[in-house]
Amino acid sequence: MTFNERLLALDRRWVFLVLTIFVIIPIFVKFAVPLSPPKEVRDVYNFIEDLKPGDYILISLDYDPGSLAELHPVAMAMLEQCYAKKLKVITLTLSQTGAQMAEEAVRDVADSCLVYHGFKPVPGIDYVYLGYKPYPGLIILGMGMNFRIPFPQDYNGTTLDSIPMMRGIKNYDNIKGVISLSAGNVSDMWVADGNGRYNVKLAFAQTGVGVADYYPYYQSGQIFGIIGGMKGAAEYEYLCKNPGTATDAMRTQVFAHAVVIVFIIIGNLAFFLGRRAKARTQESK
Amino acid sequence: MKRQIPLVLVFIFGMLLAIQYFVPSEPSQRGYEFVLDWITIIGIFAMVLGIWSQVHVGWSKIKHRSENWQYSIVALVSMFAMIAFGLSPFGGLQGTIFRLIYNNVFIPIQATIFSLLAFYIASASYRAFRARSAVSTVLLVAALLLMLRVLPMGPLADPISSIGSWMLLVPNLAAKRAIAIGVGLGGVATALKIVLGIERSYLGKD
Repeated sequence: MTFNERLLALDRRWVFLVLTIFVIIPIFVKFAVPLSPPKEVRDVYNFIEDLKPGDYILISLDYDPGSLAELHPVAMAMLEQCYAKKLKVITLTLSQTGAQMAEEAVRDVADSCLVYHGFKPVPGIDYVYLGYKPYPGLIILGMGMNFRIPFPQDYNGTTLDSIPMMRGIKNYDNIKGVISLSAGNVSDMWVADGNGRYNVKLAFAQTGVGVADYYPYYQSGQIFGIIGGMKGAAEYEYLCKNPGTATDAMRTQVFAHAVVIVFIIIGNLAFFLGRRAKARTQESK
Repeated sequence: MKRQIPLVLVFIFGMLLAIQYFVPSEPSQRGYEFVLDWITIIGIFAMVLGIWSQVHVGWSKIKHRSENWQYSIVALVSMFAMIAFGLSPFGGLQGTIFRLIYNNVFIPIQATIFSLLAFYIASASYRAFRARSAVSTVLLVAALLLMLRVLPMGPLADPISSIGSWMLLVPNLAAKRAIAIGVGLGGVATALKIVLGIERSYLGKD
C-alpha cells in the first residue's frame, strides 16, 4: 500500500484523536479571536438597544441541553442586556427538556445583575418565566390570542393576573418583539404561526448546523435578525461588551476548523497524487 | 362506518379551519380556541399511548432477551424514576433529586451526544470533500470558505467574511427558498388530498 493510499484509507479514529488534541489545546493556550459582527447579528442587538425601559419583550428559550454550548451564551448575554435596559422580559421554553435549564438561566442572570449592574431584577415585576407547555405550534397560536390560554399560570404556579408585570398584557400586540433561541424546527413554527398569523416582530438565535435554513426569512423581512452558532453567540457577547463562554469557545472552534481544513487539504493532496500516479502507471503500460 | 366517520370528521374540521383562517370574527375565534383545546386533549392521549408503547416494546425486549435487551432496562428504570421524582410530593419538579439528576446526568449526556457531531463531521469532511468533479469542487470551495470565516485570517478576514455572507444570502437563500416553496406547495396538496378523502393512508389498513 502506497503512502497516498494509506492516507486515503486513514482510519477515522486518527481524525478523532487529532481533533481531540486540538480541542483540548485552546483550554490552556489563551488568545483573542477577532470578531466583527455581521448585520444580521447587529440587527438583533440594535433592536433591543432601541427599546425603552418598561417595554415588553418575549425571549423564548426553545433549546434543549444538547445545544446548550451554542445557545446558552446568547441567552445569558441577551437576558443581561434586557435586564440592564430595564425591559420587562417574558420568558418561556417550547423545548420539553429545556424547562429547568431555561429557568436557571433566567434566574442566574437576574442574580448576577446585582454584581454587575448594582440592582437585582425582581421576578413578577421585571421578568417572568412561564415555563414549558407541549405542542409549540399551538402555544404560539394560543399566545397570539391571549397568554393566559396556554399559560394560565407561570412556572411557579402563580396565576398570570396575580403577576404585576402581566396585568394588562394580553397577547403579542402588547410586546415589542419575540426572540426565539432554538435548535430545531420551533423556529419554523414561530415564522408560520407567530409572524405569519399575528405579524409578530421576530428574530432567531440558531445552532450552527441549522442557521443556513433561516436566511430566506431574514431576507424576506419575516425575521429581523439571526444569531448563528457559536460564532454568532461570540459576536453577540462582543456587541454586549460581555465576553463569556462563547468568546472563550471561539478559540476551540478556530482550532477545530483549522484541523478540519488541514485534513481536507491532506485528503485532496493524497487524492490528486494518487490519481497522477495511476495515470503515469497507465501511460507506462 | 369505521372509515367513513373519520373521513367526515377530517373533511368538516379541515374545511372549517381553512375558512376560519380567513374570517377574523369573534365566533370564529372562539371556535378556533375550542379546537386548540381539543388538539391538546388529543395530544395528551397520544402521550399516554407513547408511554404505553415504550413500556410494551421495552418489556417484550427484556422478556425475550432480544439483542441489547439490557438497554431497555436502563430506559424503563430511568423513565419511571424520573416520573416518580417529578411527581414526588417532596419537591416534585423543583425537588433536589430531580434537579440533581437533570443537571448532573441529563444535561451532560445530551451535551456529549451533540458534541460527538463535531468528530463525525471532521471525519466525514475528510472523506467527502474531494475535488473529484466540478460540482464537488464547488462544494469543497464553499465549505472551505465558510470554515475559514471563523479563523483569524488577518487582512483576508473581511473579504472571506463578505464572501461567506454572500454565499449564505444568495446561492444558499435561492436553494432554500426553492425547497421551501416546493415543500409548502406539497404540504398544501397533501392537506387537500387528506381533507377531500383522496389520501387515506392515515386510516390504516383495517
